[in-house]
Amino acid sequence: MKAHVRAEVLASKRIGAYQHLTLVAPGVGERFRPGSFAAVSVGPAGERARLARRPFWIHQVRPLGGYAATVQLVVEPRGEGSRWLASRQRGDRVEMTGPLGRPFALPKEPVPVLLVGEGVSAAPLFPLAERLRERDCPVSLVLGADDEAHLLSALEARRTARAITVVTHDGSVGARGRIPDVVAEALRRSDAAVVYAAGRAATLAAVAQAAEDHGAWSQVAVEEPSDQPWACCTGLCQGCALPVVGEHGAPREVRACLDGPVLRGDRVRWADL
Amino acid sequence: MRTSLAGLTLASPVLVASGCGGTGPELAAFGPLSAYGTFTTRSITLDPRPGAAGPRLAESPSGLVHATGLPNPGIDGFLATELPWLVQSGAKVVVSVVGRSLGELAELARRLGRTPGVAAVEINLATPDPVSNGVLELREPQHLGGAVAAVARELPRGVPVLAKLRADPVRVVESARIVAEAGAGAVVVGGALPAALPDGRPAGLSGPAIAPLALRCVREVALALREADTEVDVVGCGGVHTGGDVRAFLDAGAVAVAVGSALFHDPTTAARLAAELTDIPADTAGGTPADHLGGEER
Ligand SMILES: Cc1cc2nc3c(=O)[nH]c(=O)nc-3n(C[C@H](O)[C@H](O)[C@H](O)COP(=O)(O)OP(=O)(O)OC[C@H]3O[C@@H](n4cnc5c(N)ncnc54)[C@H](O)[C@@H]3O)c2cc1C
Ligand SMILES: Cc1cc2nc3c(=O)[nH]c(=O)nc-3n(C[C@H](O)[C@H](O)[C@H](O)COP(=O)(O)O)c2cc1C
Repeated sequence: MKAHVRAEVLASKRIGAYQHLTLVAPGVGERFRPGSFAAVSVGPAGERARLARRPFWIHQVRPLGGYAATVQLVVEPRGEGSRWLASRQRGDRVEMTGPLGRPFALPKEPVPVLLVGEGVSAAPLFPLAERLRERDCPVSLVLGADDEAHLLSALEARRTARAITVVTHDGSVGARGRIPDVVAEALRRSDAAVVYAAGRAATLAAVAQAAEDHGAWSQVAVEEPSDQPWACCTGLCQGCALPVVGEHGAPREVRACLDGPVLRGDRVRWADL
Repeated sequence: MRTSLAGLTLASPVLVASGCGGTGPELAAFGPLSAYGTFTTRSITLDPRPGAAGPRLAESPSGLVHATGLPNPGIDGFLATELPWLVQSGAKVVVSVVGRSLGELAELARRLGRTPGVAAVEINLATPDPVSNGVLELREPQHLGGAVAAVARELPRGVPVLAKLRADPVRVVESARIVAEAGAGAVVVGGALPAALPDGRPAGLSGPAIAPLALRCVREVALALREADTEVDVVGCGGVHTGGDVRAFLDAGAVAVAVGSALFHDPTTAARLAAELTDIPADTAGGTPADHLGGEER
């Protein structure tokens, strides 16, 4: 079962460009797996002015303040919905549903893995790194962003990753450039058998291609379609159609919120997005 | 709280509107489908349809603009992969159909009428963008009657036809009279309103924004059908979110309400509204469903 709850904001902290919200959301954190997300309603509970829900990756699930499984979201204030969520204060209520979507699939063997995350989309990779580490998979990490403020903390990942590559567009931290510039080299050095990636579509397409060239599997967490709302996030509305290659190579559409958001990179028809 | 609709006994006057409950399992992740009066499927066509390309949705104030293009696996796929699960789940299954021609509608009805577990067939006569969806464009109320008759003829006794009409205040009363004469057991008022996506493509508008218009249509249709002395029931649909909305539609003469896009915002909406009504024991109930929407909102 998935839970639909009025979550309570337990803490809210600004780190760089992002607002980190910790919420008490009974039933959501308990069933969470890395790669699943939560759908948030914009506006006061019960108000129906904004019907489409906003999906957010579940970043961390931690015991806190006497609660077994608080849920942490990382919010980049962009449009109306994310600004509203980012400005919630301790004690405020937020209507949310979760955990939703198909999470990352974990390898059965302790193979080397590469995690590639861009901007705020890297949020689901941190709990994934912990799970992979628990399975004795050697974890390498590539983190990219426009600038330092938009880079999710690499410090946090130090404990779980054996190698970290940081790349920013303006060179404010790490190498100057974009993820596609460094991913082939990171693949070679890590000798990863599986690549897990989360970011913009163009980045994911490049990572999926690099993985294929290297002979690795890729698992990508998509935020596509991104030019329209994912209205329900629960598979009801047929809104978030994502073009994929089905079985036997036939093109078809899947619901990104239900059949994704994590998919095999070689299954997504990137050119048709 | 039980209710009766077109001769069917329903567990609740709260229904799941066509196209808004997924294929079934998605909504069942939040509670059993048997709690709803009916689970109405998205509109099924004879052939499979992939759905529309490009942005399918946009948000508007208290509304949702949508052009999904009727994605569905076609009648064969539906009967093989979706209906068995729905029947197993304990849902009272109403299958919504739409077609390119009267012949297609009749063929769909023929297939469904032979299939156990189909409680009723709903004809979607309210597609907000029939041309771009490649379905029969029914401009005149008489055409609606033809479609209802074509379906009703193919269904066995005990499997009623529900006719879903557009909440078009100018034509809805005449349309309701005609589909009632043609053999509809109930009319569902109404579907999404004709609208456009920001890029101008035809679409439907749903949500609380359309509730007042749907309410007006439901009241006029219920009055007209009563005056015409028909036994045809009215289902209210459009923007239902709260117990207050349910009460307003029931007071206006509907025997049941269908909850649509509210499920996108909160997938437990219909279950909550059904539970508010179920808290009244059936034998002490009596009166109309509207009398039993208690609670603080009353
Ligand atoms: C699976 C998934 C996970 C996500 N995780 C995170 C996360 O962890 N952190 C985070 O900060 N963000 C995340 N996002 C993005 C987030 O859900 C919102 O889309 C983003 O915050 C912008 O929403 P808004 O309400 O602020 O913007 P608004 O501009 O008010 O958005 C309004 C609605 O329109 C949609 N929309 C966006 N662009 C367009 C467009 N060009 N035309 C029409 N409609 C558009 C939006 O999705 C939204 O539903 C995620 C998205 C997805 C799909
Ligand atoms: C995304 C979406 C898909 C829909 N699909 C169908 C459909 O396949 N057949 C149909 O008869 N109505 C369909 N509808 C219309 C709804 O059943 C309902 O009549 C309409 O949305 C008004 O109710 P609401 O405001 O409660 O959503 C759809 C509505 C939405 C929002």
